Amino acid sequence: MRAARGSGAVSGTRGSGAVSGGVLSERPSWRRLWSDRVATGVMFATVLIALLPVLLIFYYIFREGLAVTNWEFLTQAPPFSYRREGGGYVNGLIGTLMMVGMATAVSVPLGILAAVYLVEYGGRNLLASLIRFFSDVMTGVPSVFVGLFVYTAFVVPFGFGALMGAVALSIIMLPIVVRSTEEMLKLVPQEIKNASYALGAAKWQTVLRIVLPSALPGITTGVLLAVARAAGETAPLILTAFGSITITTALIGEPISALPLAIFDGARTPFAAGQARAWAGALELLAIVLVFTLLARVAASRSSISR
Amino acid sequence: MIHGVRGDEISAGGGIGGGSVRSPADPRDERPPSLSALARRRGFGRALDRLFGWTAAVSGTLVLLILAYMVLTTTNTALPVFTSEGISFVTGTEWLPSRGVYGILPFIYGTLVTSIIAVVIAVPISLGVSLYLTELAPSWIKGPIAYAVDLLAAVPSVVYGLWGVFVLLPLFLQPAAEALSSVFGFLPIFKAPATGLSYFGAGVVLAIMIIPIISALAREVFRAVPDDDRLAAYALGATRWEMIWEAVIPRSRPGLVGATMLGLGRALGETIAVALLVGSRPTISASIVQPGYSMAAVIANQFPEADATGIRALVGVGVVLFAITIVINMAARLFVWRLVAER
Repeated sequence: MRAARGSGAVSGTRGSGAVSGGVLSERPSWRRLWSDRVATGVMFATVLIALLPVLLIFYYIFREGLAVTNWEFLTQAPPFSYRREGGGYVNGLIGTLMMVGMATAVSVPLGILAAVYLVEYGGRNLLASLIRFFSDVMTGVPSVFVGLFVYTAFVVPFGFGALMGAVALSIIMLPIVVRSTEEMLKLVPQEIKNASYALGAAKWQTVLRIVLPSALPGITTGVLLAVARAAGETAPLILTAFGSITITTALIGEPISALPLAIFDGARTPFAAGQARAWAGALELLAIVLVFTLLARVAASRSSISR
Repeated sequence: MIHGVRGDEISAGGGIGGGSVRSPADPRDERPPSLSALARRRGFGRALDRLFGWTAAVSGTLVLLILAYMVLTTTNTALPVFTSEGISFVTGTEWLPSRGVYGILPFIYGTLVTSIIAVVIAVPISLGVSLYLTELAPSWIKGPIAYAVDLLAAVPSVVYGLWGVFVLLPLFLQPAAEALSSVFGFLPIFKAPATGLSYFGAGVVLAIMIIPIISALAREVFRAVPDDDRLAAYALGATRWEMIWEAVIPRSRPGLVGATMLGLGRALGETIAVALLVGSRPTISASIVQPGYSMAAVIANQFPEADATGIRALVGVGVVLFAITIVINMAARLFVWRLVAER
């Protein structure tokens, strides 16, 4: 180690209180001291660099978004031209709520059951290891690829629609729910499962009434984060929901909008009115996503089991 | 304590068939059920137990089936384009859907270049932030900073795209690209004419998007370094930076490689922000301050107007993108898993 062949001095007071006072009075060479100071400065600078975009994003989204957000924006569909002012993204909001809602209803029970299998039944066997590994892999699959898959498998025969968007979002959510739920189920102590068995409960009863309730806050955190992720997804919806400027609640056979799709359109238009709506839409979407993220934090902090 | 679990929720007799909970009002009523009652219930209970186990197993297997089905369907759809274009699908530099020429090398190139720029920018910043948070920061400021950086992960990519185009482009990307090319213009990678809507512009926004991913993992990795190692370095007379460099970093290397690769995987597949910022020109340019294209971006941008063959070609682009990200992600997982196994 470089430190060892320095001057052999021990300054000892730095950082750790373990060797306080300093046994030897000789200090490290100025070169070593300065490299320490420079490194500290660089680390501090990286924090400032990383915080800068956070401030800039939130400042501009709020400034530009609040200027356009009003009751009309929250309750009206956009006008037929990007040039015209007024109107809003209520069609996108309806689409987002429908598709994320359906995707959640499918992926959450499936994901939780899969996690139960991994922890309570599979353990370390081959199938469980494969599921674990490929769920991890699936969380890294580009969401646009999921969109292409749903397009080829479902949109080609059945047409664009809310249901297709929901299928894509549920495929994106499933591995997130599986892996986060599994992590929480693993934390449930064996003792309380044994206590349940000792009282004569069957395995399914133990899982449904002891294991899942104990892990509920943690599972909720994972689910809410998955919902937040799905609500912000754009690319897969281009290929499945397609987007629309009219209000629709049809499940199938009719293109439907979503907040991210409407924002994407607004961001690409050269007209100020369309761009202004995109900012307000971004504020609306960010608000939805942040609410779910914050709820996830609250749920996590209420969790009584932890590592 | 575990909440949500009360003793009286588990009925003594097994409570099979709806899991009835007996009232604990009179403890003298709590007799164990007779053996014959247990035997009668056991057949039904066992079936129910097996059914539950099977349902869970099927749900788990579904993950594998979906993944396999995704690969098969998309590959099958793209197969005509793969066979008609042959190897020139991935080596061809011409993308002319109107003439039926599909060479996707410009997109592969753009995806790799933008992602590498993102990683080159994001890794030092993320490591600096994580080291600051684990080694330097006073405890009162750790929470707020970690929270603020994590907030970046919650912002949807379309919001990054919107903000990137209307705020970051005039504020930073355009001037920075021009400055880079006027100072380092003699290098091919910064050759003029420079524009913010370029590999560089997309790379910077991607970097902002993957900083929270890399820094969250790096924080975990640094935290896992035993304090004994830190104290040992201090005891040998190391300054704080020497302690970090000699004790913390070497221990963390595999985990940091894994974190970087997960960030890279995310950058490779990112679609909307890149589609808005990369400049959308299907050419290969050595200069990173000139416009290009990426695989995910071309799918999102050209899908609405593509004809039947064009869509097959775009699906083919998706299959190649999937293959690249899968390799990166599997490698990253293996790194991270090895680290966990070592602990």
